[in-house]
Amino acid sequence: MDSHLPGMAQANPRALTIFFLVALVGLVLFPLTGSVFYQQLLTKVMILSIFAMSLDLLIGYTGLVSLGHAAFFGLAGYSLALIQPKYDPMSIFITLPAALAICAVFALVTGALVLRTRGIYFIMVTLAFAQMVYFVFHDTALGGGSDGLYLNNKPLVGWGEVKLLDLENRTTLYYLVLVLMVGIYLLLRRILDSRFGRALQGIRVNEHRMRAIGFPVMRYQLGVYVLAGVLAGLSGYLSAAQFGFVNPEIISWHQSGAVMMMVILGGMGTLSGSIIGAFVFVLLEEFFKDDTVFGGLARHWQLLMGIIIVGVACFLPRGLVGLAGGHRRSSPAIADKRDD
Amino acid sequence: MDHLAPILIQVLNGLQYGLLLFLVASGLTLIFGIMGVINLAHGSFYMIGAYFAWSLASYFGNLLTAILVGVVLSVLLGLALERLLIRHFYGRDHLYQVLLTYGLILIFEQLRSLIWGDEVQGVKVPEIFNHSIPLTDTLSYPVYRLVISAACVAIALGLHWLIRRTRLGMMIRAGAHNREMTEAMGINVRMLFAVVFSLGVALAALAGMLASPVSSVYPNMGSQVLIICFVVVVIGGIGSVKGALVGALLIGLADTFGQVYLPQVAGMVVYLLMAAVLVFRPEGLFRKT
Repeated sequence: MDSHLPGMAQANPRALTIFFLVALVGLVLFPLTGSVFYQQLLTKVMILSIFAMSLDLLIGYTGLVSLGHAAFFGLAGYSLALIQPKYDPMSIFITLPAALAICAVFALVTGALVLRTRGIYFIMVTLAFAQMVYFVFHDTALGGGSDGLYLNNKPLVGWGEVKLLDLENRTTLYYLVLVLMVGIYLLLRRILDSRFGRALQGIRVNEHRMRAIGFPVMRYQLGVYVLAGVLAGLSGYLSAAQFGFVNPEIISWHQSGAVMMMVILGGMGTLSGSIIGAFVFVLLEEFFKDDTVFGGLARHWQLLMGIIIVGVACFLPRGLVGLAGGHRRSSPAIADKRDD
Repeated sequence: MDHLAPILIQVLNGLQYGLLLFLVASGLTLIFGIMGVINLAHGSFYMIGAYFAWSLASYFGNLLTAILVGVVLSVLLGLALERLLIRHFYGRDHLYQVLLTYGLILIFEQLRSLIWGDEVQGVKVPEIFNHSIPLTDTLSYPVYRLVISAACVAIALGLHWLIRRTRLGMMIRAGAHNREMTEAMGINVRMLFAVVFSLGVALAALAGMLASPVSSVYPNMGSQVLIICFVVVVIGGIGSVKGALVGALLIGLADTFGQVYLPQVAGMVVYLLMAAVLVFRPEGLFRKT
């Protein structure tokens, strides 16, 4: 296959690679500073990075603009909360595969429906299905209504009496999440460079041509939809484990919009951009909430965030990574033609 | 009659809800169909309309005047937004339209909080409509709800007339059918888009104003309406005003009866309906191809 497809992610320029290695060393060493607040914040950010990378698979690489990605995030979190007994810890080797399997099945069923649609329809239908999940947990006794559910224990990494890792220790959790984030980044790089990944990027650029040369487009799209759903589920699972509770807000469309913002802010179609986007988004949020800087306006931090989002949409379509000039992306017009 | 009255009340409520949804969804579907723009902030216009009604009604002491002034303000808001922001997003990837309008939702919601506060507010039903029609000894139906339905029907007829019988409507239909060709024929598409967008804003705001005495006025009231209207548009087919009407009535009735007879799964009924339509007619019921 042609290795110069327009918009295909290319190797990072050296400056960006060095930046990432330095950042990685920083993340590895960070717990030494002993700052509990920032360590927990970074854990949250790294979990969201996994979430953002999973959405980038759809938006950036396959051209599927999903506005309902939070459904998987929330579904996995609620699955953990519901499967785990109320007062006893349960092995992560049961709860995690179960939560991810639920996400995979949901992605398979809804994917088969939403992938019948294109363009604006796809955006609206993914949002509508996510909203359906939201109401399942918001309106029924199952999900504990708008208060959500508490998890009294972290998942047990081990079996019965054997404990391999202690997730109650926040530094252990921090490193587990760091390893998962880096591992998923490397795994996705490999997948995207494989035949499957290249076919996806071909589909984004020209779906009809890919179909004409014999690719089962729908099956590839469904495959990536399930993969993205499962990875979003992993991040939702970790998030529920970190905070010890789930509520319908994690499925709301604000969550779906926020993760989309992270992907675009960083630079879509570049996995590293998704990670940068998640970091910058959460740090901006914390900054805007700081009332020593913004005073009374800090209560209305979403106003500032909204202005930033509008600004990114207007002036920074290729995101922060695009600003560094490291990546080529197809012009948005190509993605548009796909819809017609 | 006695055993039919509760059902009649639900039918009337469902129609009234559906007709209100139609006002919001028709603007949404026109903006999609003609301008190719997905507008998440459309629900915010519904909310802004309701807040206009509340603050203007307390200023003028009269809901009718408030609605008239509110419509003018919403048209101006629509024109300004189209001019400043939306105009730069025509023909761009829908992704950026989603991002832009998502950002606008956050901004509108916080401005609402800064200007009008976060409390739930009530709007008084105008005195002349503030009574009920008795149906049985114990049940009656509020006149104002009938007035809402009647107003929506009148607006729907007006919209039909505008689109089918006027020169502007001809341009709108041409634009929805083939944008480039319309432009090549010498129609000022820029002006047309500005008109369609502010028409959509005004319709959504009007729905919010009409609904305000019944639903009261509260933060985030737009997002629920927006997502239901997405479902309406998906069911009806993008760009089809007729589809929006049928879809809205269908959803209005399904939701109202769902709340009464299947309260446990009421939130899901409309989405299941949408899933069913997607299985059989992924392009919607009335999509023009």
